[in-house]
Formats: sequence, structure tokens, C-alpha cells
Amino acid sequence: MELMPDFVLHRPTSIEEAVKLRNETDGALYVAGGTDMIVNVRRGIEQPAALIDLSVVSELREIVEDDEGLHIGAGVTLETVSQDTRVLKHFTAVAEAAAAVAGPTHQAYGTVGGNLCLDTRCLFYNQSEWWRKSNDYCLKKNGTVCHVAPGGKHCFAAFSGDVAPAALVHNAEVDLVGPNGRRRVPLADIYHNDGMDHLAFEPGELLAVLHLPKSEASMPSAYEKARVRGSIDFPLAGAAVWVKQSGDKIEELRIALTAVNPYPHLIKGLEKFSGTELNDGALDEIAEMVQSQAKPMLTTTVKPWYRRRVIGAIARRLTKQLSNTT
Amino acid sequence: MKNFISMTLNGRQRDDAVPGNMLLVDFLRETVGMTGTKIGCDGGECGCCTVLIAGKPRHACLTLAASCDGTDIETIESLETGGRLSAIQRGFHEKLGAQCGFCTPGMVMAAEGLLRENANPSEDEIRQGMAANICRCTGYVKIIESVQAAAEEIASKESAA
Repeated sequence: MELMPDFVLHRPTSIEEAVKLRNETDGALYVAGGTDMIVNVRRGIEQPAALIDLSVVSELREIVEDDEGLHIGAGVTLETVSQDTRVLKHFTAVAEAAAAVAGPTHQAYGTVGGNLCLDTRCLFYNQSEWWRKSNDYCLKKNGTVCHVAPGGKHCFAAFSGDVAPAALVHNAEVDLVGPNGRRRVPLADIYHNDGMDHLAFEPGELLAVLHLPKSEASMPSAYEKARVRGSIDFPLAGAAVWVKQSGDKIEELRIALTAVNPYPHLIKGLEKFSGTELNDGALDEIAEMVQSQAKPMLTTTVKPWYRRRVIGAIARRLTKQLSNTT
Repeated sequence: MKNFISMTLNGRQRDDAVPGNMLLVDFLRETVGMTGTKIGCDGGECGCCTVLIAGKPRHACLTLAASCDGTDIETIESLETGGRLSAIQRGFHEKLGAQCGFCTPGMVMAAEGLLRENANPSEDEIRQGMAANICRCTGYVKIIESVQAAAEEIASKESAA
């Protein structure tokens, strides 16, 4: 057991107050449910001077529906999202992803925003202080060498959130609130391909809302992940698939991956399948495309070759199920 | 800097001043002196520290005490009535749901949260509802039987009443 670092806890009641506190306090971090953040604080990975607890910001906890779509506050719990009938019906992959995060206890207080902003994970990073110290730390925290790829200067810690790929295939957008106001950006734009610094936020910005557009709704979508323990675990590899069909032909196909890159990755090149029927040959080709764009590294106890195979199999299976091909 | 909190703990209202960095599990064990809630993995993986907040299971080791201001918290110590075990505790006792016993307070509180939401769960629903709690002794079969026995006892008492 490690002692908690010394920090001050602030409990703002509005987004404006939270952003103001975050930007006026050196070394402050936001915390929502805390299911991952508190673990990292405990292990000395994060050493904040202050934590800004978002749990009593009521405007972050609302789900609003309008003509444009569904607007899910970042503080809405994963349990609520996974059980919301509108999400289940129109954005199935998002509900399935929320239900796949950790275990039921975590889902009851872990939030959508927290899962979208989840820190990247690595075998050499998510360890106790003494473990990391005895291993000379790592590139991502306090060290100079990446133990996954010792020759390089790149951090390969894997983004392991479940909700992001599911929201990506539904063309989700997010609201970011910072000291200079609120901006709305595509979800894909908030991620960098860098395990050390994977969130492309301006300093002090807070992810406030996840927008799921109605134009992308009601098309079949699904999310599935492989994990060590079926009951509770981060993904070893996860994929979300969204299919728009006309008759037997694919009009548009989207696939996004998690846990196999430092950011949630939307598969490129799938437009070639538009207007075609998905036969076994095409499904094999999709699996190959997914496997070649996934870059699993030795960031988990499970070997990269297995995660590469499994991500192709998951993407193939979900695409086949959703497109009802035989 | 201390945060002033006011909470209901096991049915009794109390006010405390706690440091911002104090975890709920340390508050319960060290400040209040209720050591029934266990610290297992210290990282939200095992569920030994499960308590109920507003009636729902939650990890006391990942919850800051200062963030519990205004909440209603129940721990394993709240379940007995006048020295008599609750139905779930009796289920674990009689169906041998506890072996070494370390996970048991968390298991019992997770079961308590589950049965309040779903009084008659199927085996799958019990497995799913308690998936965030790990036991290294029993192999889970006895734990599931314990929860089923408790659900039956509660149902039979309610139909008799």
C-alpha cells in the first residue's frame, strides 16, 4: 500500500467554476468517477497538487435529446448509458461499450467523460512506485527508456477506453470547455498517436458533452472486446463496427479499434467496400486491413501477436453479424 | 486543508473534518474504527472494500472521503439487527460462501446492493451483478448459492408477512 500524495480537493458545482479552479491552480487535475485516476494517484503516477472533483457538477450529469441527436453529459455514469433505452436502440455500440467497462461496481460511478479521457496504459507504467523505480521507471513517467521499444523515443502505451471506438463509429463530437470558452470538435480530433500525450486538449480544457448525432443513429452497430478476465478487465483488443446498408449492399462501413494503438483508431480505406456485397472474401480482407492497422505492442501480459489476431477476428465477426451476410 | 463533511453512516448522522486526500476506506477503518471494510488490492480490482453509497455498491478504496459529503453510506457493520445476522450474512454462513473470509464483507455488500435492485436474480444475474468482486477460495459456486439462499429467505419472509 502506498500513501496518498498530499493534495487539496475542490468540489465545484458548475463547469465554469471547475475550469476556473483548474486554470488558477498549479498542478491541478480533474477527477470524475476516479475509478482509474485515483489508482494512478495512489501509485504515484499522477502527483496532483489539487484534484477538482466533478461529481457534484449537475450540468455534467444530464442526457438531453433534441432534433440533432443525443447529448450525453461527461459526468453521466457508464451504467446509465448502458441502460438508456435511446442509447441501446440508436447507438447500440455505445451502450455495449459502456456495459463492457470493468465491472458493474465501476460502471455505477465511472463516467463517460472519464472513459473517453482515460490515460493510456502499459505493463511498465500501471505499476506501483517501487515496481517502476526498481525498473528505472519508463519513458512515459520519470524515465528515459521505453521498455516496450527500448531503441525509440516514442511511447506506445495503449489507449484502453471502451466507449471511444463505439462513439467514433457513430461520428460523435465532443464539447471542450476551457478558459477561452466552449468549442465543439469531432471526437477523433481529441486524440494524438502518442502514448505519452494522447489527448489533444488545450491546457485546462474539460470534456463536457458527448454528442451522438441522430443522422448516424439507428444503423446497426456493435462493440466487443477481448480481455483476460471476462468479469472485469481493460480490453486487450476491442472493436466497434457500424454498418449502413441498402438492400444486400454495403453503403458505408466504419470500424474503430481500442487497446491496440495509443489512441482509438478509425480504420482507413473501408470506403472501397461501399456498393459491394460482403462475401467471405471481403470479410477476410476487412480482417486483414484491421490487423495491419492495429499496432499492438508488448504493453500487456498478453502477447501482441494474439491481440492482432483477435482484433481481426472480432472486427470480422461483428461486421458479418451486422451486415447479415451468410 | 481539511474538508468538512456531513454524512449518514449506517443510519447515524455524523460530521467530520477530513483531509482532501483521505480515502473513504481509510476514513472508515482509521477515523471511525469500523474495520469490517477490507483493503485488498488497493486499486479497484478485487471489490473487498465494497460499501453502499446511496444504496449502490462502490469501492471505498477509490472514493475520497471528502467527496462523500451529503451521502448515505452503509458498511458491513450495518447489516446485523440486535446481534442477529441479515439474510445475506446467514446465506453466506449456512451455504459456506466464506472460506478465508477476506472478500466476504465486499461480497455481502455487493449482494446487498444486487438484491435491493433485483430481489429474485437468476444465476447469470448474480454472476453479472457481483462480477466486480473477486474470491480466491470458493470458486464462486458457494457464493452464488449463498445469494440464492438469501433471496429465497427474503422472499419467503415477505410472502409470510
